[in-house]
Amino acid sequence: MSKILNVRNLEKTYISGSKKLKVLDDISFAVDAGATFSIVGPSGSGKTTLLGLCAGLDRSDSGTVELCGTDLNSLNEDQRALLRNKNIGFIFQDFQLLPTLTALENVSVPLELQGAEGAKQRAMELLEKVGLSKRIGHYPSQLSGGEQQRVALARAFSNHPKILFADEPTGNLDEETGEKVIRLLFELNKDTGTTLVIVTHDLDLAKRTQHILRLKGGKVLTNETTLVS
Amino acid sequence: MSDLPIKSKAGPDWILKMAWRDGKASSKRLLLFMAAIILGIAAVVSIQSFSENLQENIAQQSKSLMGADFIIDSSQLPNERVQAIMDSLGGSDAQEVSFASMAAFPKADATKLVRVRAITQEFPFYGTLETEPPSAAKRYHVSKGALVDGTLMMQYGLKAGDSIKIGESTFVIEGVLKAIPGSSAISTSVAPTVLLPYTEVEGTGLLQLGSRLDYNYYFVNSSEMDLDQLDRELDPILDAENADLDTHLSTSQRLGRTYDNFGRFLNLVAFIALLLGCVGIASSVHIYMKEKLKTVAVLKCLGATRRQAFLIYLVQIAGMGGIGGLLGTATGLALQQSFPILLQDFLPFSIELSISLKPILTGLFLGVSMSVLFAMIPLMGTWFVSPLEVLRVQEEASAPRKTTILILLVILVFVFLFSLWLLGDWRFAIAFVLGIFVTFAILAGLANLFMKGIKRFFPTSWGFIARQSLRNLFRPNNQTAVLVLAIGVGSFLISTLYFTKDMLLAKASLENSPNNPNIILLDVQTDQKAGVIQTIEPKGLKVLDNTPIITMRVANINGISTNTIRNDTTSTIQDWILNHEFRVTYRDSMMPSEKLTSGTFAKIRPNEGLIPISLSDNVARDAEVVVGDTMAFNVQGVLMKTVVGSIRQIDWGQMRMNFNIIFPPGVLENAPQFHVLSTNSPDSKTSAQLQRELVKSFPNVSVLDLRQILEVIQGILDKISWVINFMAFFSILTGIIVLIGSVRTSKYQRIRESVLLRTLGAKGNQILKITALEYFYLGILGCGIGILLSVIGSQLLANLVFDLAFVPSWVPFAILLPAITSLVVLIGLGNSRSVLRSTPLEVLRKEN
Repeated sequence: MSKILNVRNLEKTYISGSKKLKVLDDISFAVDAGATFSIVGPSGSGKTTLLGLCAGLDRSDSGTVELCGTDLNSLNEDQRALLRNKNIGFIFQDFQLLPTLTALENVSVPLELQGAEGAKQRAMELLEKVGLSKRIGHYPSQLSGGEQQRVALARAFSNHPKILFADEPTGNLDEETGEKVIRLLFELNKDTGTTLVIVTHDLDLAKRTQHILRLKGGKVLTNETTLVS
Repeated sequence: MSDLPIKSKAGPDWILKMAWRDGKASSKRLLLFMAAIILGIAAVVSIQSFSENLQENIAQQSKSLMGADFIIDSSQLPNERVQAIMDSLGGSDAQEVSFASMAAFPKADATKLVRVRAITQEFPFYGTLETEPPSAAKRYHVSKGALVDGTLMMQYGLKAGDSIKIGESTFVIEGVLKAIPGSSAISTSVAPTVLLPYTEVEGTGLLQLGSRLDYNYYFVNSSEMDLDQLDRELDPILDAENADLDTHLSTSQRLGRTYDNFGRFLNLVAFIALLLGCVGIASSVHIYMKEKLKTVAVLKCLGATRRQAFLIYLVQIAGMGGIGGLLGTATGLALQQSFPILLQDFLPFSIELSISLKPILTGLFLGVSMSVLFAMIPLMGTWFVSPLEVLRVQEEASAPRKTTILILLVILVFVFLFSLWLLGDWRFAIAFVLGIFVTFAILAGLANLFMKGIKRFFPTSWGFIARQSLRNLFRPNNQTAVLVLAIGVGSFLISTLYFTKDMLLAKASLENSPNNPNIILLDVQTDQKAGVIQTIEPKGLKVLDNTPIITMRVANINGISTNTIRNDTTSTIQDWILNHEFRVTYRDSMMPSEKLTSGTFAKIRPNEGLIPISLSDNVARDAEVVVGDTMAFNVQGVLMKTVVGSIRQIDWGQMRMNFNIIFPPGVLENAPQFHVLSTNSPDSKTSAQLQRELVKSFPNVSVLDLRQILEVIQGILDKISWVINFMAFFSILTGIIVLIGSVRTSKYQRIRESVLLRTLGAKGNQILKITALEYFYLGILGCGIGILLSVIGSQLLANLVFDLAFVPSWVPFAILLPAITSLVVLIGLGNSRSVLRSTPLEVLRKEN
């Protein structure tokens, strides 16, 4: 199976005042196309930093990230943005919907950025899929947390991403709503064949993915394969 | 690289769509930003448009403003050469002789200094003589009556049919003189006009030697005559003969320039309002963009490029500026309709307003460019914000220092270029930009200093409410500096205007002491002197000055005749020195209003050598002479050789008998002369009685009642300051909008604070007090600094421009300070009402 994400010897250090803080130290792993993959670890272990680097939101100090066959270090910020738009979907813990756009507009944006025809139609279909066909004209502030995350889910899949990064997708939801969202996430993943990379501290959620990368203190503790098929 | 696109496929239409979607949801806040510039633009556009209309009207009405095509005027009867020139032009089509004289109104038992204009009946050739009844304009020539200024008629309760006595003649008032070509209400306020038939002026007995007469000869142009060429060719020749040629074109150009200068000044006041609005925009957009950075980060995360993210908000701000510009322009064009009423006393003609494209384009351009420029620094944050912001809070995204400095430079250059366009002189434009920069910098600097001072010396012993309200001034994202700037600039403008007006009035005011003259008697002939004194002294009044006056002209300077100097194109000696008829006196001492700057003041004519005279510094400067240089004067046909013995600096502001040229005693005693006498009248009743008696016995003597003149000056200054205040008012209104904008912008922050405080147990009353106190500090700080700055500015004006001592009035401190502070508190509380009234849960629900 081809590798959609290939991380090699990744290092990242933050400077805080006069102190240097190494948050990622020699991280290497790879993710197969279409696989489900989770990154787990305690707070401060470097999970979110790793997600940011893998998705091209930040640059590493050393090492390489190859995403969809492209070395992210070779791209400038705008090129990385275009790569994200074409290949990546995102889900965030605090939903990160655009507050001044309706649910429908939020879902349309990635497609509109691609200049795709029928963005609105596709957005409506996705919102219907996540059960929000009657809430398309609502602004994020008019939706509940679960509804907002479902809009975010629809948005994440709207550009037919090859890989979807989810950062603590249930972190701000109650258990029941969280479960519904996760079920939907896996369903969409299955339907579309999108690779799923989830950052979470929820081990139960991690166990539902095919691979688990455990981090501690910025280093890879284990990289294991689960029994999930 | 895989199949990565080179460029985003989302084009300008997507940018517009996103700007619209996002702007729609933030419309209330964007509207407030927009409001900040509407008034400034309205002020600029209204003055621009009005000035343009004024220039057009002046050009269109230039003939009616003069009443003829051109005029030859002189302060003496035309000599042979002037007469020959007039004859060569076909002779004048109408004539006028005018002079100042006392008029008596038997019905009201009153007298008043008036300007008598005796004109032949052909005048005016263009425009109209507006009278009430209209038929009086023609009839007064036939009936040999008079037309009298409307204000004067009203002042003394006169009606058509009453009589007016000028000199030896009594005339029936045929009607009210409402308008005469070329005269404005202001120009006739000191000596109102009385129009007489030309044929009747001789009978008044006032056309005698020593009277200050002006002769005007009106000409109607034949179509083939080039007036500019005529002006160029004849004016120098006539100048040499103490006459002057003015064409309707040159007069209207001069008039246009005068109004243009006033318009430019008002434009600057308006521009300050606009700049203030822009500072408000910069501040509001700063907070707006700070809140938008997360959205920008999400957009970047989803694949928007830096350019796309930046353009979305640039379009939004430019759109807001454009709409603000349009609304401002519309307001300005509506506002200019009020200007003819506002300025009616200053305008010598009626004005027809029209709408042209230039002010509209100016308003639109200003709206877009100013809002974009001033919002550029916070806008640049969209370029530099990292998409990583969606995952964790990053350091505040801001443009690199170099970019910020570059933007600030562009703003400065833009403001300079716009000022240059308004003022037409790069030195004034630099001075204006520097002045604005320094004022803004001082206000902002003091506000920052104040905040730092509070932080450093925080009054920990104060009660909770006072401490909390002080802390609010330096909360994160505070707008203290901007609010202090907005309030300060407005207060500074109003207060400076007040101090300046005060200074001008103080300079012109009279010291109320029996030794200071307040009544001046002009044109007293030598044989009348004893009689006039006999009229004054029995009333217990002292004759304070008894000054002889001899008229003369400069014949040569350092041996070079005035004609040679006139023909010398390299000479820089001022024309007026060569052409002016000087009124000269002789005395042996200097007056309190004079200060010797060089030489020795001659007390008596020396037995031999040239006559040592004393010149005022302005005459010496313009004649380019120093002590020891020689000058010859033509004293009514007799050449008198003199040497400059001394030079004096004169305080013309003191209402005294000041003279440019003073001879020593023993020279001019036998020359034809008239006298100026002065006295001090303790009250207006005595003054009126004296004037009545003098007019009865000595009709040629003109009486200047300085108190009345001061009232007129006060009236004129009041009118001018009203117009200026009207424009300054826009700054205040803009300041208020910036204030409202700022309160609204920080509303969410305040709500959170208020909710937290309430949750912790603060009562509504306590929160109200905290809010009120916070605005009280802002108001008192902004307004206080503004007034203090205006004291410094006025002191500089007093020292450098007016040259007088400045004692600040208490009025701005006692009235402006509490008034503006209260206004700030009221606006602050008014806009926080919903926050103060709602329960924490209610507020949180509403905001979420």
